[in-house]
Amino acid sequence: MSRKRVSLRQELPLLVWLVIVWGALWQNFSPGNLLFGALIAVVVARLFYLPPVELGGRFNVLRAVPFAFIFLAKVVAASFQVLSLAVVRGPLVISAVVAVPLRSHSDLLVTATGHVISLIPGSLVVEVDRSTSTLYIHGVNIRSPEDAAKLRQEVRDTEAGLIRIMGTKDELSALKQEVGA
Amino acid sequence: MNPETLLGDTVIDAVSAVFMVVGALMSLGAAIGLLRFPDLMSRMHAATKPQVLGLFLLLFALGLQLRTWWAWPVLVVAWLFQLLTVPVSAHMVGRAGYRTKHLHPELLSSDELEAVVQQAAGKRGFDDENPAGFNPDDAGSPDRRGRLDGGPGAGSA
Repeated sequence: MSRKRVSLRQELPLLVWLVIVWGALWQNFSPGNLLFGALIAVVVARLFYLPPVELGGRFNVLRAVPFAFIFLAKVVAASFQVLSLAVVRGPLVISAVVAVPLRSHSDLLVTATGHVISLIPGSLVVEVDRSTSTLYIHGVNIRSPEDAAKLRQEVRDTEAGLIRIMGTKDELSALKQEVGA
Repeated sequence: MNPETLLGDTVIDAVSAVFMVVGALMSLGAAIGLLRFPDLMSRMHAATKPQVLGLFLLLFALGLQLRTWWAWPVLVVAWLFQLLTVPVSAHMVGRAGYRTKHLHPELLSSDELEAVVQQAAGKRGFDDENPAGFNPDDAGSPDRRGRLDGGPGAGSA
């Protein structure tokens, strides 16, 4: 195999996740079961080799917890908004496809931003341009350029939040400069 | 039974009742949205998104009612997998829908992807002339040519 081996440390988050899924599916977190799960996780990760996810090398839990709560609050608010749109405006709803250039070029962050923004009702990633790391987002109830600007700002804020959680140091310092300027 | 556990039970029952009703309401919202929204893309919003919250609320109520701690990891894993897969399926359907023009341009206030697609289609048009150009079925589809000729999809604003 010519591919570069991933170090165990890099693979660890994946292995831990697999063990948790194993324990959850068996509904049994006894040491013996977890050990067996870990064994299977290692075998699976060796046999079914995936391209390694390039992590930023840092993960800020203090930023992640508030981010998760804000995300949940946004999901709740937007769910009711889409529900009311469906009931009140229905067939007359006006949408738009908005291009949002992102700061980061890392696949992980672009994917994570796309996921978060897709999970919040009312916005949907239609197309991704990886070379320029631009997301094309279909937003529901976008009726004016101001609404589009608001959506764009929200996506950029989401990305900023994700960079603060798990972006690389370079991305973080670039973000700090941008905010400071 | 002392009154405190009884009160706790009532609170848990009340919370899970509220969560279940709101969760079911989200499913109802998805159905209403599917019926009432005009095109594929806006229907995708209704079909996929309220479930994120709806499933969360239903699973939360289920966890409260089961009263066993080992049910929680399964529920969390179920929800996380939902979070991971919903955007992907929504994206794939939305993308296919956009490419096959299952949308009403008059219902879009702006479309910033249109110009990019036209440019890409133009580049592929040149490739079309030499038969060695790859991805022939996409570049040669009448759909793309229609765009270049200024079909109904072009120039929407």
